[in-house]
Amino acid sequence: MGRYVARRLLLTIPVLIGASFLIFAMVYALPGDPIRALAGDRPLSAAVEAQLKAQFHLNDPLLVQYGKYVGNLTHLDLGTDFHQRPVLEIITNRLPVTAKLTLVAVLLEAAIGLTAGVLAGIRRNGYFDNVVLVSTTLIISIPILVLAFVSQYVFGLKFGWFPIAGIQQGWYSYLLPGLVLASGSLAYVARLTRTSIAENMRADYVRTARAKGLPNRTVIIRHTLRNSLIPVITFIGADVGALLGGAIVTEAVFNIPGIGRAVFDAVRGQEGAVVVGIVTLMVFFFIFFNLVVDVLYAVLDPRIRYD
Amino acid sequence: MTDQQQEDLRHDLVEAGTTTGLAAPSVDVTSDRQNSLWSDAWAQLRRNPLFWIGAFLGVFFLVMALAPSVFARGADPRACALTNSKLPPSSAHWMGFDQQGCDYLANVVYGARTSLTIGVLSVIGVLVLGVIVGAIAGYYGGFTDSLLARITDIFFALPLILGALILLRVGPSTNIPILNTRGPGAVAVALAAFGWMTAMRLVRSQVIAVKSSDYVAAARAMGASNLRILTRHILPNAVAPVLVFATITVGVLIAAEATLTYLGVGLQRPAISWGLQISSGQSLLRTAPHLVLFPSIILSLTVMAFIMLGDALRDALDPRQRS
Repeated sequence: MGRYVARRLLLTIPVLIGASFLIFAMVYALPGDPIRALAGDRPLSAAVEAQLKAQFHLNDPLLVQYGKYVGNLTHLDLGTDFHQRPVLEIITNRLPVTAKLTLVAVLLEAAIGLTAGVLAGIRRNGYFDNVVLVSTTLIISIPILVLAFVSQYVFGLKFGWFPIAGIQQGWYSYLLPGLVLASGSLAYVARLTRTSIAENMRADYVRTARAKGLPNRTVIIRHTLRNSLIPVITFIGADVGALLGGAIVTEAVFNIPGIGRAVFDAVRGQEGAVVVGIVTLMVFFFIFFNLVVDVLYAVLDPRIRYD
Repeated sequence: MTDQQQEDLRHDLVEAGTTTGLAAPSVDVTSDRQNSLWSDAWAQLRRNPLFWIGAFLGVFFLVMALAPSVFARGADPRACALTNSKLPPSSAHWMGFDQQGCDYLANVVYGARTSLTIGVLSVIGVLVLGVIVGAIAGYYGGFTDSLLARITDIFFALPLILGALILLRVGPSTNIPILNTRGPGAVAVALAAFGWMTAMRLVRSQVIAVKSSDYVAAARAMGASNLRILTRHILPNAVAPVLVFATITVGVLIAAEATLTYLGVGLQRPAISWGLQISSGQSLLRTAPHLVLFPSIILSLTVMAFIMLGDALRDALDPRQRS
C-alpha cells in the first residue's frame, strides 16, 4: 500500500505541472496592458513601465517565465497581483469560505442523497422509488445556473427563508448556496445508492442473513447498507475535490467571496498570477481527493489490493 | 454445440413439424434470433416513456431552432418599443416584454437556434478530439498511450467552466482564427477544448478491449492497414457508448454555454442567447422575475430533452441492464 501511494503521489507531479503550465500558457497570451490599465488615465513614464514589466517578468519568453514561476513556488512564493498583494494571502483569505461551502454541500449531499437512495433501493419500483427517479432526472437536467436563480428567487426573495446573497449570517447563509452546489451530486448519490442497494439485496449473503432469521432492520443496516455504501462513499470523497474547484457559478450568483469568486474576478481583471495560483490549487485538490478515494477503496473493501 | 449444429437442429425441427401434418410455421424460425443490437435497442426504446418525452422535446426545440418565426407568433425579437418595457406576460404577448420593450417570447424562441448550434458544434468538436486521441492511445499503446493518458489527466483535472472561461477571456486578444471572434464558434471551440476527455477514455477503453481479438488479427493477416483496421473493425464497437455519451453531452454543453455567456465571456450582445437573457434579467429579479424565469425554463427543458434521450439510449443499448 505504501508503495502504491508513493507511486501515485509521484504521478501527480507531472499532471500538476502540466495543468499549471496549460493555464500559464493561456494567461500568458493575455496581452491587454494590465500595467497601463493599472495606471489609469495618467500615462506612466517609460522607465516606470519598464521597471514594472521587469518586476512581473512580462518581457521574458513563455518558458522562462514559467521556469521562474515554478522556481518561486518551491519557497511558497506564488507571486503577487498587480496591487502587490501576495497571491498566497488571497488564497488563505478566500479558501476558508469555499471550504465551508464545500463542507455544507457535502453534508447535504450525503444526508439527503443517501436517505433518498436507501429508501428507493430497498423497495425497488415502489412509489418512493419512482419519485426519486423522476426527481433526480429533473435535478440533473436543470443547469446549476437556473437552479441558483430559482432558489434565490423562491427561498430568498419570495419566502424570505434564507439570505439572498453574501455570508453575513454565518453558517446559515451557506445553507442555500450549499444545497444548490450539491444538487447535481446529490441526485447522483441517490441514484448510485439506489442501484447499489438494489443489487446487494439480491446477494447471497443477504439471503443467508435472512435465512438465519435476522430481523429485516438488521439485514438492511448491518449487511446490505455497509456493503452498498462503498461506491457511494468513494464518490462523495472524489466530489469534495471537484466541489472545491467547481463553485464559480454558485459563488457568483450568491456573491460568496470564496476562491471560485476570486478566480473569476482574476480572470476578468487579467490577474495572471492569481489565476494560475488558484487554478493550480484547485487541480491539486482534485488530484489529491481522487488519490484519497482510491486508497479509501482498498481500506473499505478488503478484496481490493494494490500491491 | 456449434452454431452450425444448432442451425441444422432448428431446420430438423421445422421439417419434423411439417411432416407430422402440423401447419407449417409462417415465419422462418431460424431468422428470429438474428436481431441486431440496434433493432433490439429500438424495440426497447419504443417502450420507454423517457425516450418519447425526450424525443418530443428534442424535435420541438429543433423545429424551433429551424423556424423560429412560427413559434414567435410573428413577433420580431429586435422590434422593440420602450413604452412596453418590462410589461408582464399577457394573452397577446405570452412572455411579456424585456427591459428594452422587445417581445420576450420572440427573444426566447430565437435563442434556441444559438443554443442548439453551439451544443451540436461543440459535441462534434468533442467527438473528433476524443475519438482521434482515444483511438491512437488505445491502438498504439505503450509510450504513446502513457503520454496521451497523462495529457488527458491534465485536462480532466481542470473544471470545464473554468478552462473555457480562461480560454474565452484570452481568445479575443489572440490571432487564433475562430477563437478571437467572440461568436458561437469561439464558445464551441472552448467547450470542445476542455470537454473531450471522457470521450477519449470511452474510445480508448473500447479499442483496448477489442484490439487483441481474433477478427482484428484476421484483418491484419489479410494485409489491412492500421487505419483500415481502426476505422472498419475497431471503432464501430465504440459507436454505441459514444452515441450515449454524445447525446447527454449536447445537453451538458448547452447548459455550459448559457453559464459562460452569463459569466460574461460567451456570446455578446446583440446575439440572442438564453445566457444573456438570464444575465440581464438578474438585476431585475425583484421587479420583473419573468425575465429570468422564461429563458431558465426553456433552457432547462432543452437540457432535459438531451439528458433523457441519452438515459433512454443507455438503457436500450446496454443489454446487461435489461430485465
